[in-house]
Amino acid sequence: MSRPEVTVIDYGVGNILSVRRALEHCGATVTVTADPDAILSSPRVVLPGVGAFADGMAGLCRLGLDAILREVAARGTPLLGICLGMQMLLDESDEFGVTAGLGLILGRVVPVPSTSVGGNPQKIPHIGWNALVLPQERENWDGTLLQEIKPGEAVYFVHSFMASPADPRHRIADCLYGGIRVSAFIGRDNVFGSQFHPEKSGEVGLSVLRRFLAPKF
Amino acid sequence: MRKTRLIARLDIKGPNLIKGIRLEGLRVIGSPNEHALRYYQQGADELVYMDCVASLYGRNSLGDIVQGAAKDVFIPMTVGGGIRSVEDATYLLRCGADKVAVNTAAVATPGLITEIARRFGSQCMVLSIDAKQIATDRWEAYTDGGRERTGLDVIDWVKQGVSLGAGEILLTSVDREGTRKGFDISLIRAVTQEVAVPVIASGGMGKPEDIVDAVLQGEADAVAMADILHYGRATVGDIRRAAQEAGIEVRNYEPA
Repeated sequence: MSRPEVTVIDYGVGNILSVRRALEHCGATVTVTADPDAILSSPRVVLPGVGAFADGMAGLCRLGLDAILREVAARGTPLLGICLGMQMLLDESDEFGVTAGLGLILGRVVPVPSTSVGGNPQKIPHIGWNALVLPQERENWDGTLLQEIKPGEAVYFVHSFMASPADPRHRIADCLYGGIRVSAFIGRDNVFGSQFHPEKSGEVGLSVLRRFLAPKF
Repeated sequence: MRKTRLIARLDIKGPNLIKGIRLEGLRVIGSPNEHALRYYQQGADELVYMDCVASLYGRNSLGDIVQGAAKDVFIPMTVGGGIRSVEDATYLLRCGADKVAVNTAAVATPGLITEIARRFGSQCMVLSIDAKQIATDRWEAYTDGGRERTGLDVIDWVKQGVSLGAGEILLTSVDREGTRKGFDISLIRAVTQEVAVPVIASGGMGKPEDIVDAVLQGEADAVAMADILHYGRATVGDIRRAAQEAGIEVRNYEPA
């Protein structure tokens, strides 16, 4: 069987090497590019990113990749956003003023609450290993990219803002931070977003990438 | 309570994994990335790479090692030793590091802490402190792999470093490092009571149970393990079990 192909979008933000190496480790042939034609012809696309929302969107727009990513999503090509790349899938973000996102998943990006459910202050950013849990309206992860993961298994987070999807059906996994539900993984049809770093989350994280690379999921 | 992190620490000299006692008498252990892969497979939560002689020679040999590790180790990596500028930090982050640890250059130029934190976020900027006890409940910060005195009181320096933007502290007890005598609990506690950022306790782990006092009494957020792993006296799994038996919350991990 030939190696699955995947394109990682390089728009000048963050450490792409780790994402690339993780995908290669999972058996993929990886192309790192900002070229619109290469992105549009790729069978799957990963949008990585760390840093501020407005910087990320500005980086995409400067290269004309906002429209390209909407086209990727519209064509049904599997698209996975990681961390900031996940947040940019939503309609808009409140980080440093309101900035429009790609609008591929309905909802907003809001600050991770700095107060726990019990009213205690909690550290921001939310950093470290945290357990994935099922959202309130979901019974299991069958048929999702998380299907090899058991609730309670931990993955690695580093973020200060979080996605708040408008439609609860788009919440695939949450984690609890100070008792507050933080969306950890979201998805709608062929568009997926991971707040955690699958490339830094050990074998649990790699299982998500392997599912994403599979011919059918 | 956050999960306590189990961090494998790899001290590097040139291409080799090394280990000393009190940061001296460095002995070659083997290939850093063979050990890194083993600790990753045992379930380490993070790795720390420290080039312990880089500051002495003003060079940094870690980029290649970290790039190699990025091929088969998929957990967060902190890299330190000889980082003198934002450019050095940028280079190591591009090589696959998630955080950089700075000691000597931060003492010489405290503004470097702020520069790195502004550019990459505080969570990327780890302040590494080598502490030597000078009196009861008093420690002095050392640089250049534990060789040079700074005259800085560790507690004052930690507080200053955090106010400048350090997002995490790697706190190494030079007195205990490599001795297997257990962590310097009073040092750890003195630091954790003063700052809100996570503190990694390093130096002295002799047996898995040593984690218990570091976390429950010292209130360390993470422990760094070197000697105990390198010489095979325990696995990361042994240390995870010791923590769990004491009621310390750690990452739920089942080896493949």
